[in-house]
Amino acid sequence: MGPQGLGLEITELRLGLPGAGGGGGDERSEKKRNVNTVVGWPPVCLYRQKVERKVYVKVSMDGAPILRKVDLSCCKGYLELGMALEKLFGCYGIGEAMNEESESCEYIAIYEDKDGDWMLVGDVPWAMFTETCKRLRIKRRSYSNGIGLHRTNN
Amino acid sequence: MTSSFPEEVLEHVLSFLTSQTDRNAVSLVCKTWYETDRWCRNRIFVGNCYAVNPRILIRRFPDVKSIELKGKPHFADFNLVPEGWGGYVYPWVVELARAYPSLEEIRLKRMVVTDESLEMVAKSFNNFKVLVLSSCEGFSTDGLAAIAANCRNLRVLDLRECEVEDLSGHWLSHFPDSFTSLESLNMACLVSEVSFSALERLVARSPNLKTLKLNRTVPLEKLSTLLKRAPQLVDFGTGAYSAEFRPDVYSSLAGVFSACKNLKSLSGFWDVTPAYLPVINNVCSQLTSLNLSYATTQSPDLTKIVSQCCNLQRLVVLDYIEDTGLNTVSLSCKDLRELVVFPSDPFIGDVDVQLTEHGLVAVSEGCSKLHSILYFCRQMSNSALIQISKNCPNLTCFRLCIIEPRAPDYQTLEPLDTGFGSIVQNCQHLTRLSMSGLLTDRVFEYIGTYAKNLDMLSIAFAGDSDLGLHYVLSGCDRLRKLEIRDCPFGDKALLANASKLERMRSLWMSSCLVSFGACKLLGRKMPGLNVEVIDERENVNSIPEYAPVEKVYIYRTVSGQRFDAPDFVRIMGKDKDAVYNLS
Repeated sequence: MGPQGLGLEITELRLGLPGAGGGGGDERSEKKRNVNTVVGWPPVCLYRQKVERKVYVKVSMDGAPILRKVDLSCCKGYLELGMALEKLFGCYGIGEAMNEESESCEYIAIYEDKDGDWMLVGDVPWAMFTETCKRLRIKRRSYSNGIGLHRTNN
Repeated sequence: MTSSFPEEVLEHVLSFLTSQTDRNAVSLVCKTWYETDRWCRNRIFVGNCYAVNPRILIRRFPDVKSIELKGKPHFADFNLVPEGWGGYVYPWVVELARAYPSLEEIRLKRMVVTDESLEMVAKSFNNFKVLVLSSCEGFSTDGLAAIAANCRNLRVLDLRECEVEDLSGHWLSHFPDSFTSLESLNMACLVSEVSFSALERLVARSPNLKTLKLNRTVPLEKLSTLLKRAPQLVDFGTGAYSAEFRPDVYSSLAGVFSACKNLKSLSGFWDVTPAYLPVINNVCSQLTSLNLSYATTQSPDLTKIVSQCCNLQRLVVLDYIEDTGLNTVSLSCKDLRELVVFPSDPFIGDVDVQLTEHGLVAVSEGCSKLHSILYFCRQMSNSALIQISKNCPNLTCFRLCIIEPRAPDYQTLEPLDTGFGSIVQNCQHLTRLSMSGLLTDRVFEYIGTYAKNLDMLSIAFAGDSDLGLHYVLSGCDRLRKLEIRDCPFGDKALLANASKLERMRSLWMSSCLVSFGACKLLGRKMPGLNVEVIDERENVNSIPEYAPVEKVYIYRTVSGQRFDAPDFVRIMGKDKDAVYNLS
């Protein structure tokens, strides 16, 4: 009903890189987030919202032929997630690596978010992470040169 | 005629009228009937605690055994009523304790209940039998301990979805050993672990126990112990239903369930381990009510269960059941009257769950007795709504929530006006309606024209102009509760239909276009209404009169304005110092 049809799109203010059309993509993720920002909508009573739901995500590790699954709702934060991953794969030190970006750990953890992008685990608040994480991957640090995750260049 | 009709006979006849509506109608016939009703009416229902006050109640009804009170408006369930708004039960309890020492039953909904109030209830009524608290808050387990310790004749302690400050599970141990009258215990909303042995002993010494709803802390492995003590249960709610699968636990549980020959209703099933679901197979055909809305498991597991529930009348389930599961419901549950489908992930736009309008259409086709629907989904079409309306002409309650606000017919991209129009046209017994999706003023025209039995209407993100609101207020003769959010309705329709508001219980409007000035005018012109503007903005005193209020809650009252309101609630148009004493 608005000015969409009148060729005024180019004058709309957008957040994003110039030239990045991403109209469809933006709208899609806008839509996904919209429902979250309206108070009291959808009308699900608060009591029901408190129910914790299991959030199982697949975890793969470089060199390990079998995938595992971890329940994110069981962990209260990145440290516990790190401990759970260590238990599953023996990737010692990965918990601290998430918190501090230290290079002491041989591994780093990355995750695929709902937009399909691969992100470094540990950047966003835990609650946001549990909502957007679709699956996890534990990579050997030496293979992640191209991602630009190192503080200092080799 | 009334003089030749002895009062005792009239009283006896009236005693058969239990519905509040009927008793209210009876009391309006003539003075004698009014007097007879007031002397013998002992069950009282107050739909809005601020519509009347304890003094008026006590003066009119001298002998009350059972009272039900409702406080906050319905939208409080969705966080739209700020904390501290009101709905305090304490002032009522004080007066009730004084006037009715033989009061037996208190039922409260959306009220603020303190430990003090519970302690007063526990100490003031010798023959207290029934306490039901629905969506209440403000009390702790200490208050429950007082009830347990003092109410020797308690039969029902029912806490439904309350916000309880859970200090410890010790309250349950306060029921004395001599206490054996328990018939119903619902502690599902409590968080703390109670002493299992105290619980077991309580169940063992309560031969009349029919309803038992546990909280999550009671583990699955302990259920058989409890059920063995209470094979007479009719309504059972499990605790957390997850455990590592063990054949001995499984067969023990299956055995005790089979022994519950009177079991008709099941609920609970938090964190369900699907392998344990089939223990209820043998009781499925007995069930008339099944609540699986906390069973976070996939469609096949849920479907297997419902396919065996041939006598089911009420089903509450998550959207995990998917269209395929609902199709099975339509084929297996031919006696279904009520269907509730909650969303598993309400705040995410796209989910992997295949629940669409097809599931609801299937159930409407297969279950001819269906009269009540609450359905959350992510897509809807006019054709589906039309089909549903034709399949279920006896619908009394239709609540549809399409998760995305203003979502159009996903096939035609048109508004859903014709679909909902068809609902109100074909379902002449409809008393409750909640709408969603893209809706124009036209749907309100349909509602005003056809929904003559509508009692409660909920509207969100709908309509184009004041005309929409006008259609509803002027057309729906039986409308008593109207709640609106985020609609472009302003002053015109409201002021033009001011007198209608006195024939309704209440009207809620938030994020609409009603101005301060209109609220003030309405409050001034209508002494029989409280016009509460609820506005939490810091600069609210400097906002001009033509600007819209955040929220307004209008209700009829014979009690005048209330004096327990917080500073973000203003009762508009009433002189603060004058007390409108209309009694």
